[in-house]
This record gives sequence, structure tokens and C-alpha cells, in this order.
Amino acid sequence: MKIGIVCPYSWDVPGGVQFHIRDLAEHLIRLGHQVSVLAPADDDTPLPPFVVSAGRAVPVPYNGSVARLNFGFISAARVRRWLHEGTFDVIHIHEPTSPSLGLLSCWAAQGPIVATFHTSNPRSRAMIAAYPILQPALEKISARIAVSEYARRTLVEHLGGDAVVIPNGVDVGFFERAEPKAEWQSRSAAAADGSDGGVIGFVGRIDEPRKGLPVLMKALPAILAARPGVRLLVAGRGDEEEAVSGLPKEMRANVEFLGMVSDEDKARLLRSVDLYIAPNTGGESFGIVLVEAMSAGAPVLASDLDAFAQVLDQGGAGELFANEDAGALAAAAIRLLGDPARRAELRRRGSAHVRRFDWSTVGADILSVYETVTDGTSSVAADDRPGLRARFGLARS
Amino acid sequence: MTATLIWIFVGLLVIGLYLSWTAGRLDRLHTRIDAARAALDAQLLRRASVTQELATSGVLDPAASIVLYEAAHAARQAEEEQREVAESELSAALRAVFSETAQVEAVREVPGGEDATVELAQAVRRVPMARRFHNDAVRAARALRRHRKVRWFRLAGHAPFPLAFEMDDEPPTALADRPVT
Repeated sequence: MKIGIVCPYSWDVPGGVQFHIRDLAEHLIRLGHQVSVLAPADDDTPLPPFVVSAGRAVPVPYNGSVARLNFGFISAARVRRWLHEGTFDVIHIHEPTSPSLGLLSCWAAQGPIVATFHTSNPRSRAMIAAYPILQPALEKISARIAVSEYARRTLVEHLGGDAVVIPNGVDVGFFERAEPKAEWQSRSAAAADGSDGGVIGFVGRIDEPRKGLPVLMKALPAILAARPGVRLLVAGRGDEEEAVSGLPKEMRANVEFLGMVSDEDKARLLRSVDLYIAPNTGGESFGIVLVEAMSAGAPVLASDLDAFAQVLDQGGAGELFANEDAGALAAAAIRLLGDPARRAELRRRGSAHVRRFDWSTVGADILSVYETVTDGTSSVAADDRPGLRARFGLARS
Repeated sequence: MTATLIWIFVGLLVIGLYLSWTAGRLDRLHTRIDAARAALDAQLLRRASVTQELATSGVLDPAASIVLYEAAHAARQAEEEQREVAESELSAALRAVFSETAQVEAVREVPGGEDATVELAQAVRRVPMARRFHNDAVRAARALRRHRKVRWFRLAGHAPFPLAFEMDDEPPTALADRPVT
């Protein structure tokens, strides 16, 4: 099958959507499909062979922050050329409502179009104003995919219509195979039963409050009071001094900052820790890092955001605590660290649950969508609107 | 005087272009519904055929075979008005037979059973997908057709008012949970 994928965000900047598209493209290519990804990128960025650059993204203030977007005449022309040269059987647009390549391709294409909605933004004023413009473009989408039940609900409320839920994919095998690193594990084998406290892992931007590190820092004194040997490993960018500033001096030694880590190190970290904590306070529509932690066999304790509760099977595959409640977090963490049997059970349940997020399952579902929409239609083409002459029946052919 | 006439003419032209563009939009939506309906038909037929094949292949016990055969046969033969009911009954029959993981495993162990289960699992997964895509297209078309510009100028022509396809398409849990490879 010839598949065209449109990525709205700059390929130079790492992000969840970009990684998802990269992994999806690689998975489809391994299955023998022809894939081309259209993405904004600087001219000098090295791109994988399947990515076609749509030109530089321009930073524009949009929706309260600065977003790097692609629009205008030149980008539209590039989209048209890509569609024309690609002769795709199906195109897959990510984030079709972002005023960038996604929307441009929606305008420019006709034929089977699949769209994935990643974010579950609250309704923005710009979206309401743009609704009459968006609607004719969104009408062209033959199949909508939402990444979680939560994202689907926002989509239905804001735009109407319906979508199938297909979660984001994770390469489960990669995390399962990672080697634990001795210095990130509890110090001795006996420690696994809790005598030296245990090791807690956190992955995420330090200076982004929505990732929830402040909540964890507030809970830490209580955890350390109950289990003095506990170590907290933090992987992620940000100001380390500021992060520990609320902590009593003597406790700061129990927190280790690893900075930005590579994918391999992240997998090894998740495989080493005794408990993975995700105290995120909001803004999550999926929670891929929970899936990664479960793939690596880490017992998960997460805040009870809608998206997290769903990924964790409503608490079946990992424990949940009341969002932003440091006391509840501390109590749950102390209980879990002192209960190796419960942690072993969470490991087992998590590993079984996570199968549905593996690329083999997710990829097959996405291909099912492609095949369903291509049944009984022609391939994608540039939408050559009939000219005025054709509309009034005056065209020569 | 001439200026007024020109303005009236320009105004009419703009309105005409807008209506023509809306008609194009509506036409595209109708095409999309047709394609989605064809895809849904194909998936429903595929599901009924796989079920019938499984029922006649002798891998299931006689009672289950008869239940599945009857339901699949009825779904395939149903008149348009009874189709939704017949297909829902097939869903219910599939759920009744494949409610246990053990049953699915038993079918897989029979020679040729592996292929049949994979096909059936795929079919029961794709029917809800195709139906959702179809009903989404129907909803978009209905929203546009209810608009007054479409009603007053009869832009929809003689195309019938699109109807959603309502049925129970809940797949059997034992089949749905198994990763389709």
C-alpha cells in the first residue's frame, strides 16, 4: 500500500507526535508498505529517507503560546506537489485541526483521508472562530482516530461526529530487553524487600509543573520519614537547584538528577527502579511513559487523570492516587515500597496489559483503518476543484 | 443607475458561487457516504462469510455450529429493512459462542483453525470501525443538509436523506482481546 503521512510539527523538535509518526512509518515500512512522511523541517536537518521536508516552520503566537507552524502559499504548493507525486492509496493526517500542514493537506487532498487527533485541548476561541473554515476541510476526512477514550470524548464534544480509539504504540520488546543498571537498582538483593528503602523513578521535564515533580517533592519528606533509605532518580531537563529548593537540606542527597537521558538509558532506568511514579497534574491525553514503564516491568503509581486511569485499566495494571494530593501519593508509595508481593503482581499485570499497546497490535489496527477506508474508493489525488467553466457546463472535455 | 445594476450583478454572482461551492461540498459528502456504505457492506459480508465457513467446517460443537450458521445465513439474506436487526443478532450469536477464551483456543488448535480465528477476529474488529466511519459521514451530511441555504435552494437535488446504520456491533471479548497478528 502507498501511504502518505502528514506531520504538523517540526521534525527538528522532539515531541510525542513526531516520535509516534516516526515509529509508525518504520513499522509500516518493515511490513513492506511504501511510506512517505511530509513534515516541516529546516533545510539542514538530516532527515530519514522516508521524510519529505515541507520547508521551515515559522514561530507564530497561536493559542496562548508560540507554535512553530507551516502555512502560506509556498507550503500549500509543496503539499500539492507531494500529493501529486506520491499517488498515495491513503493519506494519514495527524492533528488536522492545527493551522499547519494538517489543515493544508486536508484542503488540498481528496480521496481516502485518515486523521489522528492527539490532543484533547479544551475548546479554544480560535477554533470556534475558525469553525466555518474548519468544517468543510474536516468533512473530507473519511476516518477519524483518537488516541484515547478521553481524546475521543473531547473530539465528539467539540467537532461532533465520532472516532475509533487506537492507542499510541510502544515497542514493548525494546523495554523488555533493556539491561537493568546496578547503580540505579536497590543496593542489595535483600533491599528488594524494602530494608534499604527502594528506588523510585521519575521521567519528565523538571521545570514543567504539569509533569508533577513539585507534587512528588512535597510527598518526599513523608516517604523518607517512613523509609529513610529511599532514593529518587529524576530523568529530564530543567533546573535541578530549583526543583529541590523546597526540600530540607539533609534530604537532598536522596534525590539524584540524571539530566536528559537517551532512549536506551530511559529503558534501563525504568527496568531498574522499584516503583515508577507519574504525578502529572494535567494536560495529558494519553500517557505513553506509563506504557513504557509497564513494558519495562516497573510497578506504576500514577495520578488519577482520565487518560492515565484508562491506560492503567482503571487501576488494574497500576495504582492510582488522587491528583495533586501529595499525602495520598506518599501513603501509596510507602505502602507499595513495603509490599514486594503487590509490586510483583503489578509487574505481572502491567506486562500482560501492555501487549495491546505494542506496535504489532496498534499497527494492525491502523492498517485495518486504512484498508476499511480504501475499500471501494479510488486513491488520493490533489483536489483539482472544477473550474468555473466546468461548473457551468462550459468545459471542453 | 448602471453602478447599482453592476453591484446587484456582482452580489448575485457571489451568492451563486457560494451556492455552487456548497453544492460541491454536499456532493463530496454524498460520495463519501457511498464509499463508507460500500466499505461497511464489505465488512459485514466478510464477517458473515467467515462465520458461516467456521460453522460448516466442523471445528465447533454441533449446537454452536447451528446457532452461528443460522445467524450468519439470516444476516446475509436479510432485506434492507431487517438488516440492522439480523446483523445485531449475528453479533449476539458470536458473543454467545466465543465468550470464553478456552473456546477460541480450541478452535485455533484444529488444523486450519488458526487462520479462521485470525480472520474472524479481524472481521469483528473492522465492522465497528466501518460503521463508525459510515455514521460519521452521515452525521456530517445531515448537518449540512439541514442548513437553510441547502433546503431553500434544494442543493441536495433528489439524493435521499442519509440514514445512519444502527446495530449492536460489540465484538466477543475473547476474540477482541487477542492481538491480531
